[in-house]
Amino acid sequence: MRIMIGRIQLAKIGGWFDRRLQLAAPIREMAEHPVPRNTASWWYVFGSAALTIFVLQIVTGILLALVYVPSAAEAWSSLQALNHDVALGWFIRAMHGWGSNFMVAVVLIHMVQVFLFGAYKFPRELTWIVGVFLLLMTLGMAFSGQVLRFDQDAYWGLGIGASIASRVPILGPAIVKLMLGGPIIAGATLSRFFALHVFVIPGLLIGFVCLHLLMVLKLGINEWPMPGRIVRRATYEAEYHTLTKNDGAPFVPYAVWKDMFFSAFIILAVLACALFFGPFGPTGRPDPTIIQTVPKPDYFFLWLYALLSLLPPSLETPALLIGPVVVIVGLLLLPFLSGEGEKSWKRRPIAVLTVSLIAITLGTFTQLAGYTPWSPHMNAWSSDPIPDQYVHDSTALERQGALVFQVKQCRNCHSLGNTGGQRGPALDSVAVRLTQDQLIRQVIQGGGNMPAYGKNLTPAETTALVAFLQTLHPKGQAPALDASRDMALSDEKAPGAKP
Amino acid sequence: MDTKPALAESTDTTISRRGFLMKLGILFNALAATILAVPIMGFLFSAITRGRANGYLSWVPLGKVSEFPEGETRLATFQNPYAMPTDGMTVGTACWVRRVAGEQFQVFAINCAHLGCPVRWFPQSGLFMCPCHGGAYYRDGSRASGPPERGLFEYPYKIESGLIIIQAGELPTPGAAIARLGEKPSCAS
Repeated sequence: MRIMIGRIQLAKIGGWFDRRLQLAAPIREMAEHPVPRNTASWWYVFGSAALTIFVLQIVTGILLALVYVPSAAEAWSSLQALNHDVALGWFIRAMHGWGSNFMVAVVLIHMVQVFLFGAYKFPRELTWIVGVFLLLMTLGMAFSGQVLRFDQDAYWGLGIGASIASRVPILGPAIVKLMLGGPIIAGATLSRFFALHVFVIPGLLIGFVCLHLLMVLKLGINEWPMPGRIVRRATYEAEYHTLTKNDGAPFVPYAVWKDMFFSAFIILAVLACALFFGPFGPTGRPDPTIIQTVPKPDYFFLWLYALLSLLPPSLETPALLIGPVVVIVGLLLLPFLSGEGEKSWKRRPIAVLTVSLIAITLGTFTQLAGYTPWSPHMNAWSSDPIPDQYVHDSTALERQGALVFQVKQCRNCHSLGNTGGQRGPALDSVAVRLTQDQLIRQVIQGGGNMPAYGKNLTPAETTALVAFLQTLHPKGQAPALDASRDMALSDEKAPGAKP
Repeated sequence: MDTKPALAESTDTTISRRGFLMKLGILFNALAATILAVPIMGFLFSAITRGRANGYLSWVPLGKVSEFPEGETRLATFQNPYAMPTDGMTVGTACWVRRVAGEQFQVFAINCAHLGCPVRWFPQSGLFMCPCHGGAYYRDGSRASGPPERGLFEYPYKIESGLIIIQAGELPTPGAAIARLGEKPSCAS
């Protein structure tokens, strides 16, 4: 009886509000709008999951802002305080950091899904375009968030960003100063990235998410693509209408439960990662005079780090400046270039190949950036000794050469016995590849991306070094030999021998 | 009754009083927006335009000449001349000072000419190496290998009353004023 009265009271209060707000009917209509039955699929949950993480990011972001100080002088210490002094500060930081990784991942998966399901085709072109901007903003949030974690990586990451921006013809220096808020990376830089990360981009994101959702509601969710069901501008809308009428079901509760399950799962996944792996950094203090640092970007920019190391120097500026424009314009033009036709990935081999190629490329670059074979190992020369077997049974000259090899930091770029840098080739069997003369030439003149050591080695050091290098060949495999060398040497000696 | 002829009239060439006032209102707002844009843009772009003549560059001391042994390359630090109270430790900057001989110096920016990571000096092999993308430079700052397209950036320097002073204050990037100052005219060498 009491419950009954309580319910009636509640209904009265609800009625009072709705008489003024008049929102109940449109919300009910929105929730119960019919969707094609087969879209109630686990493939259709990524959009709502991205929205869920975005809300989580807003909540954890506001919590962090309660303690974080956006000042170059204080930011690092306030992060330390969050990590160590504020109750659960480390956990909120970890959730925000992992939430950011999850958000980028889920947004990318969502994009791949709508691409492969042909959802960008007529009449959902604008939904796709708004989605492309949402992706860019998500990446913008990821980069600016990395800057707010104002540590060494953030500082030098900004330097890399500025160096890229400075390559823009004519406007470059102005863009750099605009980006940094002055001539160097300093207090003004952090403040403007704070404004971007906390006000500008989130504001735009909220607006664009609303637009994106509005269009999904107005135009209806993309139906499950059937091979052979061709999209035509003239007939599509009528066909979709018939489909939802004949084979539709109300979104709530028919499809929504899967979205809800997946959203809850994603939140729990973020929580689990935060709990097990903890927060990201901050790494060392953002002190530019500490140069013993190996800056690295966050996970989702690692592929770029690899690309910038592997591009030939002459291609780099064009690739950096034109590449992003081509990619963004391509994504924006996609719905206009193929706005009609097949939706099913089963009939779109090029689409499937494109996605696979991009995924494999980005995956490979990311994997490479995990162990950076292109970077010299700055400490290899002093920390990785030459393995015993390479100096066993060797002559005094060869041992002297091994010493030169170590002291002149050859190890920073060349590995022996799988230790040392990977910038240059491994030298375990270099004697098989290069003859004595070729070794001398390579050491003194460099070339093939190796610096010339001529000015930094005395003739005696070169002789010793090359003698050592000549011992580097597998057992049972003879070192390379110049067949004409003996002949040439004997010819040289011949005139001298006569008298 | 009166409104009908008035509406019909307004679709003609003549402009109604209200239509005129609305257009005037739009014009008035456009004027206000234009005036408002001046301080907004001025503030936004002030980072670029501030101190245009010499930019942000000024002469800062690195230390006594005697602190730098001849023939060696040493790390030096200086305070950025254009500083704000909130800059904290970012106001400091490091650079490599090579004393070639006597009063002849080379002062290299710490930032790799590729993408700005801090290069480290290895006296044993006479190379500057970059930890990021593998750029390497010889002791005179010229490019040795890797992705950089040019040598290290050099700060202009002068020696006054036993102090070495450099012209600094801007992040050395390929387009920055410092990079242009550091360039030697091609006929000089």
